[in-house]
Amino acid sequence: MKKLLLLGDEAIGQGALDAGLSGAFGYPGTPSTEIVEYIQGNKKAIEKKIHLDWSANEKTSMEEALGMSYAGKRCIVTMKHVGLNVAADAYMNSAITGANGGIIVAVADDPSMHSSQNEQDSRAYGKFALLPMLEPCNQQEAYDMPRKAFELSEKYHIPIMLRITTRLAHSRAGVEKKEELPENKLHMPEDPNQFMLLPAFARTKYNKLLEVQNEFEKESENSEYNQYFDGDDKSLGIIACGLGYNYLLENFVDEKCPYPILKIGQYPIPRKQIKKITSECDEILILEEGMPIVEESLRGHLDNTLKIKGRLDHTVPRAGELDPNVVRKALGLEIEAKLEIPEIVVGRPPELCIGCPHRDTYIDLNAVMDEYGRGHVFSDIGCYTLGFLPPFKAISTCVCMGASITMAVGAAAAGFFPSIAAIGDSTFGHSGMTGLLDAVNKKSNVVIIILDNDITAMTGMQDSAVEGKIEKICKGIGVEPEHIRVFVPLKKNHAENVKIIQEEIDYNGVSVIIPRRECIHARKAKQKREQFKFDSGGNK
Amino acid sequence: MKKDIILAGVGGQGILTIATIIGYAVVNEKLNLKQAEVHGMSQRGGDVQSHLRISDKEIHSDLIPESCADLILSLEPMESLRYLPYLKKNGWLITNDKPFVNIPNYPDQSKLIDEIKSLPNHIILDADQIAKNLGSVRSANMVMLGAAAKFLDLPFEKLEEGIKYIFGSKGDKIVETNLKALAAGDSQTK
Repeated sequence: MKKLLLLGDEAIGQGALDAGLSGAFGYPGTPSTEIVEYIQGNKKAIEKKIHLDWSANEKTSMEEALGMSYAGKRCIVTMKHVGLNVAADAYMNSAITGANGGIIVAVADDPSMHSSQNEQDSRAYGKFALLPMLEPCNQQEAYDMPRKAFELSEKYHIPIMLRITTRLAHSRAGVEKKEELPENKLHMPEDPNQFMLLPAFARTKYNKLLEVQNEFEKESENSEYNQYFDGDDKSLGIIACGLGYNYLLENFVDEKCPYPILKIGQYPIPRKQIKKITSECDEILILEEGMPIVEESLRGHLDNTLKIKGRLDHTVPRAGELDPNVVRKALGLEIEAKLEIPEIVVGRPPELCIGCPHRDTYIDLNAVMDEYGRGHVFSDIGCYTLGFLPPFKAISTCVCMGASITMAVGAAAAGFFPSIAAIGDSTFGHSGMTGLLDAVNKKSNVVIIILDNDITAMTGMQDSAVEGKIEKICKGIGVEPEHIRVFVPLKKNHAENVKIIQEEIDYNGVSVIIPRRECIHARKAKQKREQFKFDSGGNK
Repeated sequence: MKKDIILAGVGGQGILTIATIIGYAVVNEKLNLKQAEVHGMSQRGGDVQSHLRISDKEIHSDLIPESCADLILSLEPMESLRYLPYLKKNGWLITNDKPFVNIPNYPDQSKLIDEIKSLPNHIILDADQIAKNLGSVRSANMVMLGAAAKFLDLPFEKLEEGIKYIFGSKGDKIVETNLKALAAGDSQTK
């Protein structure tokens, strides 16, 4: 059979579909976006009426997945690592409610922060929630694991995290398909109180979760994804998780690795194999993508006699993703002299597209801010964050989704003037709306600029949850209608737009300004999407 | 058979299209392939690269180790130099000479070309002009793919099939232009 050429993300999407998926939930975030996008673009998924719409944010998507699981069907919820922070309330409690229909929580981490604000390791959340996790090392495992995840999820009635990292998410390779499993029929949980977390129930259920931990460990010890490869040279044993395993093998292409290897692809960490490798080897090297989660588990707080090498003793750098060379250095193998990047080569940072409406908005805004000095504009996460870079230098902060509005509210409370927030339409829908409610309730003296380009552009043109609704939402939240101002960010409107911004800064209260012009790439993307749905005969 | 290739350029220049076409050809040849690419923020006018690995054996790492790439194929001169640490001694650097200038401090073009010429194995061509002569500046990436064709160890007609497959939905004219661009690039390195 011909192999499918799939990104790691796409392999997860295809794997989930072929394993009887009924719904995909998520909020776009690099490097996780292509999981849901792939399902959205899949003809069969559309024919089968798989639920495949984006949610307003990661928390709502996690909760929607819980609802689908309650109804007995299999679902996947996807997000990037920082998105799991947003969904954490629901995720942590999902460990207590458990699942009815299988739930996969697919989280894509971004070590080296290619497109992120931090490089937190989602395995910490899995451990925190006391839930099993799967971590593929290649595209085939990324395809196979959703099947295993549903199986475990329904066997133990718990959600399963599927953790990947940037490199696998965005790398393509051939994948072999398996037989397609049918969807579950609708069915309620056997225990009518399963999803009822009143303290009395929650206490009982938490104890059950603790009791079943041994079972999870046994599953790991017997998992096909946790493999032990013997080696003759016992001076070193290597524990390699996820992609770490590939980078290790890359250094032994023409020969067999002489050291025993424990490859980990399923958590909790398998105790039996850990005991074996630590008892038969003199030293242990740990290769894991992200944070030293396995390494810390093995080291504990007290010194033990076994020498453990990894990120904590800097055998592997403390930050950043692994690659074949990092692993080569950690193994102490010879490094060939490489060519250097000539000094003439300069950096080429990303930039706002030529013709982007945000450019005009920042030109308008800067014209006003010249008077007050820079440093007054709190901003957020999306394309418009690039307005920080020259030539605009228009914004001063970017912390987490929605923080522009709330930071402006906090600064205004300190007496900071003017206090301005710049946030995109999709980000406003994700987590800006509640901040706006705070601003209204606190009667903050803030100007909130919602840069509306009609789409979630940075992650690749997904629909925005608030499309066509922004003014109504602002009114509903309680912003005075005369202080909800809409303008078109175009050069010819500059003078008028500057006047509007100035007027709203002068107003003592909550103002919302909506510069509205479609992203220059959006129309094409929307047309393509509509055409696909039409061609596929879908009803969406 | 084993080829490690770095595809380089600026977001929007068409690197991923090159990668997709090679990917199509490779899968049809029943070879193994891994192709790592850049998504998200960096795509907006920033430097982008794709690690493309082809082999008749199992490929482990999605990333090419340093000093291991057989070829750097770049759609822009400065970007061709950014990935030199990945290039093998005696590896080939093939680049378009037309600069993509979207930064104020873009280096002097003649100095860039001098740097490229200091490498033992290099091919520099004006893919934009070649594509323009064929009536479509947008197919400069296919000219570059053509120029690299003989370094790929893949049947030329498989690349042509890839083009037909990828551009098929856009009409015969687009397919024809891109096939011509591929051939024009190929003839540059005869």
